[in-house]
Amino acid sequence: MCLAIPGKILDSMQENGVRSGRVQFGGIVRNVCLDWVPEARVGDYVLVHVGFAISTVDAEEAGRTYEVLEQMGALAEEGLSPEGSTEPS
Amino acid sequence: MNARKQECVQEVPREQEDAPAVPSLDALSCPLPLPAGKTILLGHGSGGRLSGDLVRQLFLPAFRSPALARLDDQAIVRINGVRLAFTTDSFVVKPLFFPGGSIGSLAVHGTVNDLAMGGAQPLFLSVAFILEEGLPMETLARVIESMRRAAEEAGVEIVTGDTKVVEKGSGDGLFINTTGIGLVPEGVELSAHRARPGDFILASGTLGDHGIAILALREGLVFESSIESDSAALHTLVSAMLLAAQAPGLPAHSLRCLRDPTRGGLSSALNEIAASSGVGMELEEASIPIREEVRGACELLGLDPLYVANEGKLIAIAAPEAAQPVLAAMRAHPLGRNAQIIGRVTDAQPGLVTLRTTLGTSRIVDMLAGDQLPRIC
Amino acid sequence: MKYLDEYRDARIARALAAKIARFVTRPWVLMEICGGQTHTLMRYGIASLLPPEIELVHGPGCPVCVTPLEMVDKAIALASRPDVTLVSYGDMLRVPGSATDLWHAKAAGGDVRVVYSPLDALEIARREPARQVVFFAIGFETTAPPHAMAVCQAHREGLANFALLVSHVLVPPAMRALLLSPRNRVQGLIAPGHVCTVTGVQDYEALCREFHMPIVVGGFEPVDLLEAIELLVTQLEHGRAAVEIQYSRSVRETGNLSAQTVVRDVFEICDRKWRGIGSIPQSGLRLREKYAAHDAECLFGLEEISAPEPPECIAAEVLQGWKKPPDCSAFGLGCTPDNPMGAPMVSSEGACAAYYRYQRPRSLNSALRSVAAGKG
Repeated sequence: MCLAIPGKILDSMQENGVRSGRVQFGGIVRNVCLDWVPEARVGDYVLVHVGFAISTVDAEEAGRTYEVLEQMGALAEEGLSPEGSTEPS
Repeated sequence: MNARKQECVQEVPREQEDAPAVPSLDALSCPLPLPAGKTILLGHGSGGRLSGDLVRQLFLPAFRSPALARLDDQAIVRINGVRLAFTTDSFVVKPLFFPGGSIGSLAVHGTVNDLAMGGAQPLFLSVAFILEEGLPMETLARVIESMRRAAEEAGVEIVTGDTKVVEKGSGDGLFINTTGIGLVPEGVELSAHRARPGDFILASGTLGDHGIAILALREGLVFESSIESDSAALHTLVSAMLLAAQAPGLPAHSLRCLRDPTRGGLSSALNEIAASSGVGMELEEASIPIREEVRGACELLGLDPLYVANEGKLIAIAAPEAAQPVLAAMRAHPLGRNAQIIGRVTDAQPGLVTLRTTLGTSRIVDMLAGDQLPRIC
Repeated sequence: MKYLDEYRDARIARALAAKIARFVTRPWVLMEICGGQTHTLMRYGIASLLPPEIELVHGPGCPVCVTPLEMVDKAIALASRPDVTLVSYGDMLRVPGSATDLWHAKAAGGDVRVVYSPLDALEIARREPARQVVFFAIGFETTAPPHAMAVCQAHREGLANFALLVSHVLVPPAMRALLLSPRNRVQGLIAPGHVCTVTGVQDYEALCREFHMPIVVGGFEPVDLLEAIELLVTQLEHGRAAVEIQYSRSVRETGNLSAQTVVRDVFEICDRKWRGIGSIPQSGLRLREKYAAHDAECLFGLEEISAPEPPECIAAEVLQGWKKPPDCSAFGLGCTPDNPMGAPMVSSEGACAAYYRYQRPRSLNSALRSVAAGKG
């Protein structure tokens, strides 16, 4: 269920009491309802499901957790396990 | 499969043991056995499995032509020693005008390309219009102009035609059927039956452009994009590729097959070739060229670009020795700048097209039943 | 594409798989609930990266698959009315009802239209005031706020020709029913990341406590799912049971409060029948009485139809993780995406369709393929 993909907010406006904006997904742009992400600013990424933003992507959290994953990937490539021992390659 | 089928249909290659039973031609009598399902669905026109069923179960047994049974994009027939390529196509696209073309230019390109996929030099087209009562004259004029320009650029002549008008409400404004003939040089043998294990699979450029360009204009799925249809006439690209494949030192007929992946996308084209040739195929996901905007639209709507239509691209199967020279020739041509080798023909699991994902794992690239639909899940 | 491509990184995926292989000491049965997650697992062949000790079974997280047969029949009945425009997500079009499906209803002349967003359906209602627009509102908790918003807007604008045919389901009650079953084999759960983005994790904490079951709220990309599996295996190997959020870039513990508010205003909880499973109390949503003017069930007086499923279809067992699609005697033979017997074979998120399309046993393939297909 729930195909939602991350997109970047290009602009935002109020229309009939509802906040909406143009959001970019890898080169295409679609109008999205931004009413449930009041904290999201132009340039932020939001997760969009059927034309509605359901959350703001927490860039800091994403960066932090991804760094750990990145390191794991890099170590594995060198044949090391994150726990320190050498992996058989 | 049985010998009886082989009598009636010549030039069909090695039989596929697992192929489903085709109605026995000898046992046929009126009325024709009908394909499962009582009515025609939109899916029957989508180029996927349903379309294939209609052809196999209804048209082939009725028309009983060896040339037809080869089921290439064009029929190559011999008249007084001359090899003619002959094809027909109908265009029902909506909207009539879109970024990168119109139903008119699409009709010219589509038919020219069907001829070109057989290695033919396209020469003459016929065009038949089915117009809906009430269609603005100006719309028709714009379509004609678009056709004229496309035909001129492609170097083909529209030599005969027909016009019919249907009552208001019976059509989508305007339908076009085009039929084309061209000459196939001696020594050129391109067919979906010719792929062999070890051959390379090449794509002439980015996939999914046309389908997404059209989708962006459809009610309920609208989005902004700069994507244009890639609709183009490919015969000069094909000539360049044939030339490269005929270079001294290369084996004869080292360009095996060409297909333009229109409705049903790359997947339909490759599944058809794999089935016709009785071979397997393995694609490399990372090598398949797809534009960022097309990817964005597909991610948003939950579509797979491998099933999205193309109108100015071709897929080529080439012998291993010819792959690099043909690729170079493609990249030297304006319509092949983004050409890539996207996979290999294998002898594993004949008729099955698989893909090595970016993770290095494997999955099947299945034939779709009908049109792909956007999803929310 | 940012926040998407990074989570498809091969190196990281393989490193996670290797880590799981190092940690695991005994077999574990894990279930991912969401159809979107099933789709990713099949499409990327994730099972082939995992050690044999890990068995993945697929849950009922495909709203298309669990939409009751009767609901599909109601949608088809509406679509066949000359004054009605039935608007739907693409997913529902080929789901078999008791006699036919929406795709065939369209072929027979029904005005059936596909949209990406309920706002597009609203737009149709505005532009075509003579048409009775009914939107087939299926989905889990993720899609409820968008539907609620569409109803609010229709109400505010006084759009009399816009209604919803509601078939919403809630995940936690279904999970509870599944886990209570004596046939349950699941030891760890991957909770649906987008549902939890809206609802928060409270209900999953309750499940975790009641069943002493580790639950990890996972995302939808290969790296997300592998990381979620890694977290689950770590808990299981240590005998722990807690709710962890893997998909932290989107999921907050409390979820999205404004989205929840809209849902509460428009919908109320009710009992719901799940196709293939049966009726689960308090597991669905229906429109509140104040929005009856936009409720297709009230407006159109639809008959309750009851129809049995084909006996060979084991959707119930697949949806609850007791069997896998290839265990079904009809899989790939009587039942294929072209001729589906049950919903899990039609929906691209359904376990049966995902298995068939991406990972069916290779020996099954050629028996069913055409020698050559016609061109479109």
